[in-house]
Amino acid sequence: MDSFFYHFGRYLLLLKGTLVKPEKGKIYWHEVMRQMVEIGIGSLAIVIIISLFLGAVLTVQTAYQLVTPFVPKSTIGSIVTNSSMLEMAPTVTCLILAGKIGSKIASEIGTMRISEQIDALEIMGVNASAYLILPKIIAAIIMIPLLIIIAGFLCVFSGSWIGEITGVVSREEFIQGAIEHFKPFMITFALIKSFTFGFLISTVSSYYGYYTEGGALEVGKTATKAVVVCCILILLSDYILAQLLL
Amino acid sequence: MIKIEAIKKSFGNKAVLGGIDGVFEPGKCSLIIGASGSGKTVLMKIMVGLLPSTSGKVLYGGDTDITTLDKKALKKIRQQVGMLFQGSALFDSLTVEENIIFPLNMFTKNTRKEKLMRVNECLERVNLTGVNTLYPNELSGGMKKRVGIARAIVLNPKYLFCDEPNSGLDPLTSIVIDNLIREITREYNITTIANTHDMHSVIEIGDKILFLHKGLKEWEGTNKEVMQTNNQLLNDFIFASNFLKSVKSTINQNIKP
Repeated sequence: MDSFFYHFGRYLLLLKGTLVKPEKGKIYWHEVMRQMVEIGIGSLAIVIIISLFLGAVLTVQTAYQLVTPFVPKSTIGSIVTNSSMLEMAPTVTCLILAGKIGSKIASEIGTMRISEQIDALEIMGVNASAYLILPKIIAAIIMIPLLIIIAGFLCVFSGSWIGEITGVVSREEFIQGAIEHFKPFMITFALIKSFTFGFLISTVSSYYGYYTEGGALEVGKTATKAVVVCCILILLSDYILAQLLL
Repeated sequence: MIKIEAIKKSFGNKAVLGGIDGVFEPGKCSLIIGASGSGKTVLMKIMVGLLPSTSGKVLYGGDTDITTLDKKALKKIRQQVGMLFQGSALFDSLTVEENIIFPLNMFTKNTRKEKLMRVNECLERVNLTGVNTLYPNELSGGMKKRVGIARAIVLNPKYLFCDEPNSGLDPLTSIVIDNLIREITREYNITTIANTHDMHSVIEIGDKILFLHKGLKEWEGTNKEVMQTNNQLLNDFIFASNFLKSVKSTINQNIKP
């Protein structure tokens, strides 16, 4: 428990030092753009692959469970769309992104720490935590929600497409079900979740990277720890948000 | 000038520095030497404000004690400080030119043309040209050190700190780096402080030498005095090999009338 409070306190102090007015806006802006490309464009391929398979699997498994003829086939469209919007696109995709982006951030900052690059920034008089972490937070909270919108759309699209080609549900029935039970708040909820998860992934992995001690072995351990903690926090905050907002 | 007064540092119950005093003058290369674990790096980190001391003062310019400064004031002092790190600490994601221009972008309002001129000036000063677009992983150890020096001097610092400037370099490159540090120190009248294990550096550029042993200042003097000292610990440290012992005795015999 002591360890939890120690890490939580140090995490808050790091955030306090990070969320400050940038010294030179232009340099930070350039860094934000670079991070947006790395986080957003760099993760696009994996997000597309995951979402296509998630939607397809959801459709097939939902159809498999609907054995009674009393439930209309359009229900498949409704379940796939709602599950995609509420859980699959934001949560599952962010769990994968925690592995990809989280480990990258933690190992990048961790390597900078052990190779004295962070000390070099501090000696120059640069706020190292703000320069290294703030652009990553901004990039993550902008790009991850955009990735989640793409993921949600592709999930539903692949669900309806697989339903059509496997013959379990026609596209018309799928779309009818999707529209019937669609609530616009689901998109708002997905965006709130992805914004929260983006903040957690960028800050928690930066925290672990920033306080790396030792050598190359520790950088690897730090990256693993950052991913595990990010995943746990994503699931915890997922539950809290669902409880609070739905 | 940098003056340190009674610097003490402990990690938990373990005392690493036991009250170090010293004065480091501008235009001179001051070397901090000592065996591994003697507290050299800790002392240097305290002097640049990367580590807080347990007690004592670090006076920049003779009157500004950086151990009592707040973050904002420390930041201003640090803009007068250049540092060459043991592993060079160049930013991997930036090219040589971007590494050197970085402090200029952060702290000056010069035009891009002026900044590039300054970058090329610094690269020429460290005898490196045509490497502007290379990344650190494309450079040799000696080239990295020279880029590190160029980055350290780009803002015309008053104080230059070098942590093990020769570590990992071959003897010839070590001499080049030593000469460069000495020339820059004299040319720009910089207060240079270096941690080193390299005995060539001690003899060649040590205008002032501070020998630490188990966290205490064991000996202080110049490179000329090192050759004639009777301090057993210092002699054991510097002239550790039989070859160096014989060099010393030969030199001393030649000096005697």
